[in-house]
Amino acid sequence: MSDVSIKESRSNPVRTEAPWYKRKSSLRILGMIITFIIIIPLALIYLAPYIGMLSTALKQPKQIFQYPPKIIPDPVMWSNFPEGWSKYVPFNTYLFNSLKITLNNVIGNLVSCTLAAFAFARLKARGKNILFALVLGTMILPNEVILVPQFLLFTKLGMNNTHWPLMLPAWFGYPFFIFLLRQFFMTLPKELDEAALIDGANWLQILWNIVLPLSKPALATVAIFSFVGNWNNYLGPLIYLRDDKLLTLPLGLTQFQGQFGQVAYHFMMSNAVLMLLPVLLIFFLAQRLFIEGITLTGTK
Amino acid sequence: MLQRFTGKKLSKREKQEERVFYLFISLWLIGFLAFTGGPMIASLFISFTNWTGVKSISFIGMDNYQTMITDKLFWITLKNTAYYAFASVFFGTVVALIIAILLNQNIPGRNILRTIFFMPSVTQGVAIAIMWLWVLNPQVGLLNYGLSFLGIKGPGWVTSQTWAMPALVVMAIWQNGQAMIILLAALQGVPRMFYEAASLDGAGQWAKFRNVTIPMISPALFFVIVIGVVGSFQIFTTVAVMTRGGPGSSTMVYVYYLYQNAFSYFKMGYASALGWILFIIIAALTWVQFAAGRRWVHYE
Repeated sequence: MSDVSIKESRSNPVRTEAPWYKRKSSLRILGMIITFIIIIPLALIYLAPYIGMLSTALKQPKQIFQYPPKIIPDPVMWSNFPEGWSKYVPFNTYLFNSLKITLNNVIGNLVSCTLAAFAFARLKARGKNILFALVLGTMILPNEVILVPQFLLFTKLGMNNTHWPLMLPAWFGYPFFIFLLRQFFMTLPKELDEAALIDGANWLQILWNIVLPLSKPALATVAIFSFVGNWNNYLGPLIYLRDDKLLTLPLGLTQFQGQFGQVAYHFMMSNAVLMLLPVLLIFFLAQRLFIEGITLTGTK
Repeated sequence: MLQRFTGKKLSKREKQEERVFYLFISLWLIGFLAFTGGPMIASLFISFTNWTGVKSISFIGMDNYQTMITDKLFWITLKNTAYYAFASVFFGTVVALIIAILLNQNIPGRNILRTIFFMPSVTQGVAIAIMWLWVLNPQVGLLNYGLSFLGIKGPGWVTSQTWAMPALVVMAIWQNGQAMIILLAALQGVPRMFYEAASLDGAGQWAKFRNVTIPMISPALFFVIVIGVVGSFQIFTTVAVMTRGGPGSSTMVYVYYLYQNAFSYFKMGYASALGWILFIIIAALTWVQFAAGRRWVHYE
C-alpha cells in the first residue's frame, strides 16, 4: 500500500491497489481466521465426548457425579483399567472371542468379496448382469428381514450358542463390499489383463499379482469397515450367544449395566476406552488409504 | 448347453473365462442362496404363520399383516423411526456439508481436523452408546454442562419423553463423519474455473454455492442421503443400549420392536412380517429418492 503513491494510482487506474480490506491476500487471511473461529470450537465439541470418557475412566466412583464435572480427575485412578478389565468380569475371555470372530470375518470378507468383485468387474460371462443385480438388490435388504429364518437355520444346524453363526457367513461374501471392490476394480485398465493373459498368466495370478497390488485403498476400506462392524457387532452376539465364556466385548460391556447399575460407570468407561483402542489404532495407521477408498465409493 | 438358447458359440477362451467367473462368485452365490435368498423365502413363509419358534405351526394367512394395522405400538415405532431417519439424515447432511466446506478452505492443520471430525464414524457401537449415556446425563453430563455456559438449562435428554429422540439425533449427527469425507472429496473435485467463471458473471458467494457447488456435488449428496436413510431406518444398537425404547415408547424404533417380538415374545411370525414390511418401506423410499434424484442430481 505504501509503495504506491495516491497520485500515481490516480494517473494510472490499472495499477490501483485496493484498500487492505479488499485485497485478495487480506481476504484470504480473513477467511482463514473466520474458518478457524468456527471450526476450532466445533472440533472441540466433537472431541469432548472422548475426553469426558477418558476422564471418567480415571475417576473414583464418587467423583463421577460431581458437578461441575472436573476434566482432570484427582486422584488419577489408573487402577480402574486392570480392575474393570478382569476383577469382576472376565474381559480377557471376551477380548479373545471378539478378536477371533473379528479377524476371521475380516479375512473371510476379504477373500470371498475380492473373488466375487473381480469376477463381476473383469470377467465376461452369461448371466452376469442378473447376478450383479442380485448383489445390488441385497445391498439395501435390511438384515432384519432374514434375522428370524437365519436364527432358525443356525438353531437347526445345532449352532445356536456357538460362534459359528457369527463366523460362517463372512466367508460367503457381503454385498456392500463386493460392490465397493467391483467399483474399484473397474477403474483399472483392462489392458493389464490382456497383456498378462498373452504372457500365459491365469486369472488367479492376474488377480493376485496385478489387480490386488493396485487396489490397496479399496482393500483397506473393506478391511476397516469389516473390522469396525464386526468388532462392534451387538445384535448378532446378543441373539446367538448365551454362555458367559462365549460372549464378546460389546456384550461384556453391557453386563456392567445390569450387574452393577450406575456404580460401575468408571469400569464401563475404562473398558470402553480399551475397546476403542484397536479401532483407533487401525484407523490412524490406515487413514490415508481408508479415506481414499471411501472417497471412491461416494463419487464413482 | 446354454448356447442353445443364446444361439452363440463361445470360443474356448470365452468358455474358460465363464467357468472362472462362476468359480470366483461361487462363495457369494452359495452364501446368497443359503444365508439370504433362502431365508428371505422362509421369512415370507413364516410371516403367514403364527410360529413361536417351537413345535406347532399353523397357517394364518394375512393375519400378521392385519394385526399390524391395529397394532398401536407398530404405528408408534414407524412414526419414531421416520422421525429419527428424517431428522438425522437432514441435520446430519447439513452439518456434514458445513464441516466439509470449512475443511475445503486452505487452512493449516486440515488433516488433523479432518481426522477429528471423521473419528466418531469409526467408533460406534456399545462403547460409544455408553459414553453418550454419560454425556447426556441430565445432572452431570457434558452436554448440559456445556449448555449451561450458554445460559441454557439443558433438558433431561434420554430420561425425557420429549428429548430422548432428539438426543439420539444429536448422536447421529456427531457420527456422520463418513458423509463429511464423501462431501469433502466431492467439493475438492469441483473445478476452480467454474467458480472463476461465475465470479466473472458477477455471482456472489451464495449464488456460487447455489448454482455451482450444489449441482456439482449433487451425486455425492444423493449418495450420502440414500445411504443415510437406509442406515437410519435400521437403528438398533444405540436404542438397545441407551433407552430400550423408552422412556414410555418415545424411542421405540422399528428394528428394536422387531427384535423384541422375535426374541422376547417369540412371535416369529409377526417379527417376519415386520421384517418384510421394513424391506418394502426401505425399497420404496430408495425408489422414491432415485425418482426424485433425476430432477436434482447432475451427473457429468
